[in-house]
Amino acid sequence: MLRGLVRVLDQRSGAAPFIQKTLRYLFPDHWSFLLGEVALYAFIVLVATGVYLTFFFEPSLARTTYHGAYEPLQGVPMSEAYRSVVDISFKYKAGLLIRQTHHWAADVFVAAIIVHLLRIFFTGAFRKPRELTYLIGLLMLFITLLEGYLGYSMVDDLLSGMGLAIGYGVALSIPGIGGNLAMGIWGAPYPGDPAFESRMYVTHVFILPVVIGTMIAVHLTLVASRHHTQFGRGRRRPERRLIGVPTFPGQTPRSLGLLFSVAALLFLLGGLVQINPIWQWGPYETALGTNGAQPDWYLGWLIGALRLVPHFDVVIGGRTIVPNPFWGGALFPLIVLIVLALTPWAERRLTGDRRYHNVLDRPRDAPGRTAFGAGFLTWVFLVFVSGSADRAYVFFNLDYVGQIWFYRIASLVAPFVVFFITRRVCRELQRAEQVEERQEAAEAEARAVEA
Amino acid sequence: MRRLWRFVVALIALVFGRRREDERPEREERIVEPAPRDPRAELAVVGLLLAATACGAAFVVFYAIDSLARHNWLLGLSLGLCLAFIAAALVTTGKRLVANEEIEEDYPEVEHPDEQEALVETIVESGDRLTRRGLLAGAATAAAGALGLAALTPVLSFGPWFRTRELDKTPWRRGRRLVDKEGRPFRATDVEAGTFYTAFPEGEKQDKIGSPVVVVRLDPAALKLPRRRARWAPQGIVAYSKICTHAGCAIALYRKPTFPVVEPRPALVCPCHYSTFDPSDGGKVIFGPAGRALPQLPLTIDAAGELRAGGNFSGPVGPSWWGVRSGRAS
Repeated sequence: MLRGLVRVLDQRSGAAPFIQKTLRYLFPDHWSFLLGEVALYAFIVLVATGVYLTFFFEPSLARTTYHGAYEPLQGVPMSEAYRSVVDISFKYKAGLLIRQTHHWAADVFVAAIIVHLLRIFFTGAFRKPRELTYLIGLLMLFITLLEGYLGYSMVDDLLSGMGLAIGYGVALSIPGIGGNLAMGIWGAPYPGDPAFESRMYVTHVFILPVVIGTMIAVHLTLVASRHHTQFGRGRRRPERRLIGVPTFPGQTPRSLGLLFSVAALLFLLGGLVQINPIWQWGPYETALGTNGAQPDWYLGWLIGALRLVPHFDVVIGGRTIVPNPFWGGALFPLIVLIVLALTPWAERRLTGDRRYHNVLDRPRDAPGRTAFGAGFLTWVFLVFVSGSADRAYVFFNLDYVGQIWFYRIASLVAPFVVFFITRRVCRELQRAEQVEERQEAAEAEARAVEA
Repeated sequence: MRRLWRFVVALIALVFGRRREDERPEREERIVEPAPRDPRAELAVVGLLLAATACGAAFVVFYAIDSLARHNWLLGLSLGLCLAFIAAALVTTGKRLVANEEIEEDYPEVEHPDEQEALVETIVESGDRLTRRGLLAGAATAAAGALGLAALTPVLSFGPWFRTRELDKTPWRRGRRLVDKEGRPFRATDVEAGTFYTAFPEGEKQDKIGSPVVVVRLDPAALKLPRRRARWAPQGIVAYSKICTHAGCAIALYRKPTFPVVEPRPALVCPCHYSTFDPSDGGKVIFGPAGRALPQLPLTIDAAGELRAGGNFSGPVGPSWWGVRSGRAS
């Protein structure tokens, strides 16, 4: 029966050689290679739950009054968008489960991409011939951040309104075109034209998912066409020989197992751990702001950056040239993107290494890159942590102003300290290994002489 | 009865019995390495799949029964465990039941010099009889550019991209009364010290960024307003735009010292990035990232004792932008 099925399929598509090759594609066996897969599977859960949510969400700012199951909001005027999300949470069976799973999946998706990026960076997997794969992955991370931001912004609860106000402020702050850009996107001064809600909606549920999906397809095609990188084993450096487990049967159950593990984790989180309880925030009004509602973790670095910049606008002759949010909200992420994007080419120029690399470095093998990465990461991470200084004030009673000054100074000094320490540690580790190797070689020689 | 019993036994044997050893002769060369034999793992996988079945069915039951469907955790737990058991079954299969041997092969060739050359020649030869190459390229570029421009033009309908003066507009005019959210006017005697109030222009949309103001009563002796604004704060009552000049959040925190000697002055604080403004000093920024003072609204008290705007704000409301002037709002 199987033989017949294969014959029918091959006669109609001629795909047998391709499928057989795919089944025997080799996956090097290392746990860190699964991080990208976690991101992929979180994306699958996102699409599945997201499609379900679109059947119930109404992207409309039309005014309505709430008369639903949730007692505290009874009779409160709100937008249809917010009303529909409260209904998803309370009226439709399993709606809350799907919504919370969607939200958790977004948080896990971004986290997985970032950890995957760190693995790629610190093992030098971005080197020739895989620069394009790296660049697409990096762009995907930034598009994903925008996608997540739009997702929680279109709900029109108090938290999303505050987030949008900040987005509006950052758009306005771009020198030269900020005013036009904000008027173009929002259609009117904040809170903008009602059509803005539809713009966010179509971007969130169609444009960006299609863009991300396409980029994932290209990313994976490139990975497969150049094959996976692998770690060298001991002193054997199979730069031209790939060692791995074939797709089928070896890799398939493992990979599917990971898919189901990720889905299980996300649905358990969605069912057991509350996230973004929008009914507690209430509907957004321009004149309202709450203290304590926190946006998703992956926006923390931008919030931190916006908070750390000292108070100044660049003003010339009574005309503002560069408003303050530009530094933290636009320039900072742009610098991070550009530095990471240029890394493969910068490293090639600095090291003069233009060869192909299929074998990964351990972090210690490239002290310069590892030290730079660690310092750069420290910079972004300190800015990220500073975004929670207000929480530290509330929970630990640490002086807020003092904390901000600490982070302002630490984020400028610590990266350099970390750079030098990391480089030193890497070099020492290398040296220790060389000594060991030499000893072993000497011992082997001695044994050979004895024999 | 006996026949039934035999049937049941046969059925059990059929379902749970193990397959006899494969009688086909082993082929000389296999593609897939023989997997390890592990009947116990097979049973474990069956058990895990059955557990997944039970959890999946439980989800359907929980969903169907109204009193249970209200419990999000029941739905999440049943569906999550269903997925988790399937995951466990798959991982067990991968680890114990299929061949896991590593294979070696060559990396694919990085370059194909012959094909590269053929590709280049194909393109070059296809166009080598053209005489006006530059002109053709120019015309094609022009057409493509014009088409691209035409395709992009409708984006202009998004805006008004160029009416940025709209950004400076506020609904406040001289004589307009300050009202609360329900439209009730504020009387000067309603405004108590030590707290803050949100007011809107009477009869105007409250969600406009230029609408909301914060109103606080300060000690008139402690006021340090610029000379031009000396008459803007009757009885020490001051009003400022409620929208932060940094990134547009509503200024929802009022810092009121409980122990004035050791604690800092009263301040208006934005909860987004903690820009801190001094209401006694014309809305000056004393901490946080905001680059511009909070625009102040001049106040008057009318004959009925109600608060009215004495004019428009001291400056543009909302986040700063390229070209924003520190002059008056319109």
